[in-house]
Amino acid sequence: MKKLLIGNQAVACGLYDGGLGVVSSYPGTPSTEITEFLSKYDDIHSEWAPNEKVACEVAYGASLAGARSSCAMKHVGLNVAADPLFTLSYTGVNGGMVICVADDPAMHSSQNEQDSRHYAIASKVPMLEPADSQEAYTFAKTAFELSEKYDTPVILRMCTRIAHSQSIVEFSEKVPAVIKDYEKNPDKYIMMPAKAMKRHPFVEERMGLLTELAEDCMYNTVEYNSDEIGIITSGCSYLYVKEVMGDSASILKIGMPNPLPVKLIKDFASKVKKLYVIEELDPVIENHVRALGIDVIGKEKFSILGEFSQQTIAEAFGMNDKVGVSADSVIPPRPPMMCAGCPHRGMFYVLSKNKITVHGDIGCYTLGAVAPLNALDSTLCMGASISGLHGYNVARGEETEKKSVAVIGDSTFMHSGMTGLVNISYNATNSTVIILDNSITGMTGHQQNPTTGYNIKGEIAAKVDLEALCKALGINRVRVVDPYDLKACETAVKEELAVAEPSVIISRRPCVLLKSVKAKPSLNVDADKCKSCKRCMGLGCPAISLKDGKAKIDNTLCVGCGVCKQLCAFDAII
Amino acid sequence: METKSIMIVGVGGQGSLLASKLLGRLLVDEGYDVKVSEVHGMSQRGGSVVTYVRFGDKVYSPIITEGEADIIISFEKLEAARYAKYLKKDGLVVVNTQQIDPMPVIIGAAQYPEEVLTELTDKGLNVEAMDALSLAIQAGSPKAVNIVLMGRAAKQFDIPYERWITAIENTVAERFVEMNKKAFDLGYNY
Repeated sequence: MKKLLIGNQAVACGLYDGGLGVVSSYPGTPSTEITEFLSKYDDIHSEWAPNEKVACEVAYGASLAGARSSCAMKHVGLNVAADPLFTLSYTGVNGGMVICVADDPAMHSSQNEQDSRHYAIASKVPMLEPADSQEAYTFAKTAFELSEKYDTPVILRMCTRIAHSQSIVEFSEKVPAVIKDYEKNPDKYIMMPAKAMKRHPFVEERMGLLTELAEDCMYNTVEYNSDEIGIITSGCSYLYVKEVMGDSASILKIGMPNPLPVKLIKDFASKVKKLYVIEELDPVIENHVRALGIDVIGKEKFSILGEFSQQTIAEAFGMNDKVGVSADSVIPPRPPMMCAGCPHRGMFYVLSKNKITVHGDIGCYTLGAVAPLNALDSTLCMGASISGLHGYNVARGEETEKKSVAVIGDSTFMHSGMTGLVNISYNATNSTVIILDNSITGMTGHQQNPTTGYNIKGEIAAKVDLEALCKALGINRVRVVDPYDLKACETAVKEELAVAEPSVIISRRPCVLLKSVKAKPSLNVDADKCKSCKRCMGLGCPAISLKDGKAKIDNTLCVGCGVCKQLCAFDAII
Repeated sequence: METKSIMIVGVGGQGSLLASKLLGRLLVDEGYDVKVSEVHGMSQRGGSVVTYVRFGDKVYSPIITEGEADIIISFEKLEAARYAKYLKKDGLVVVNTQQIDPMPVIIGAAQYPEEVLTELTDKGLNVEAMDALSLAIQAGSPKAVNIVLMGRAAKQFDIPYERWITAIENTVAERFVEMNKKAFDLGYNY
């Protein structure tokens, strides 16, 4: 059977056909669909965990129990899961375990451009890297065998272009999911110094065996076409190279970026006059080749920044003959923005109006940073809004406590905001934290989380009570406001900033894109009453624009949230 | 057969996903090697979105670069201009004349180049502009802009009309099939 699948669905199919029993993940673009597709199978266990560390540890526990397991995350998620990863390398596995990680070169939806291959090297764990959906399927499926044979977790590295590109996949027979026996084995599974000391040599020995495998395996392939030019490449860079060079260059395609082969590379290099390494992001393969004493052209010609394309390759080899035509007019950018009726907008408007310093976090609400709201001062990583606010207030004292807040979404708060909040109450700053509770994980495309009351399959689940949780974490002042009510938001923010104790404001209204949220009739502008004061324009709502000097509401976009109406001093919005 | 490159561009939320799904499935059924590439996540929130569809005997790269596209199907005027440089010399732009102001225009920080399609035509680009929104409304829903435009672009492919209709039946949810068939037809016979 042949099917057109995005890389992430191919990974899901590969894991399932490879005998997967348990998957636990935290959503993150571009990795989310792997787990979403797996959740459609009813004969395996799938779940959204509160964060990647928990997800990875769940997969570890399932592996220990004898099941084949997996967890999926975006590149920065692996930072969170790095703690279990490094010691998992020592314990190894019982049932096969695959950690799927998706990098995002060019940062389509991420805060940095880190290269996950460094994690495989640092944790001494094998990594596979597919170049299309067929390989995503095959590599995911065979990763379990590799994992069990070499007693190691395996990292499957995706990147945006592979994860979100569809190509044709041919399926092979499903391996039945079995549970291996569990035997108590303290020397292998209890990583305390005396025992871990004994496992470290095993890890080094395993890397040696895996390097032998890398010399001759299905993951690393050679195409000898020319003795002039040789190119070592991997992942989507391979596709761009093939598109441009076809059969005019020899190619060593690396499908296992850790550990890298030695003899295979030396042999390949010896057969070509000029050797190139073409890889996105960091010079990982290039550094390895140089360390072998081989002269190679790499990052001086192929950037360390962003994504490649066939154009990158063609230009580097002086083969680009394609030119496009552009209009002379300046084409204004079209940046992403908060949706019409987004519940975050009202709160951001209030914060921006009152010139509050806002420590932001990761989610749709990062878009509060863009014009005209310009509401954010900082965004670092998941959870950093709350801990960052505390540090900021510790450094500057009362002066900023009364003028600064943290904003964090419900899912991000569950991910890693809670611990920061404990720190605020424990180490006592009068910080004000605003939880933007839109009752869903928004930016990644509506995944359930522990505060929504539903699990990954949409079944009713235990629902974390945010008010009770914040109180239990030591915050006595917890209040809830409706972000569609600007006055209530402003009162809450001013009062909580003024008091001399820490507080939490829960700004609660479900995401307007949720199917359960019914739009109200669109509002309209009475042009006779509109005085062109442009106050409503300050909201940055995509449904409001200026036509002939007067505000105009796009009826196809407006969901009738009524926030703009509260701003109009002339009752022109009806 | 040499690889053909189709770009579908528009504003996040305009339905480019369905258009590429329809086209991708149809091309696979026609026996081509096919790659479809799009980016999910932040850019979908009202931002500029682009989907690449490539097909032929053997397709390597999933993306399309400058001067490579055979057809650009644009759901919005400004987006057609943004991606015009990706068009091949003898390529075709099929564009919906709808104007959706981006935020910099809404807040007065930038101007919308109203006559940009004329500008592209003057530069020698083959531009077919149409009011796909009106046709979509005529078909039964303003959301059918995507299928109206697919209908208009369909003539550029060496695939019979009936196969497109079958592909719509296989791709679209049952209750929307008739409306989308009508939308396709309005675009096809425009």
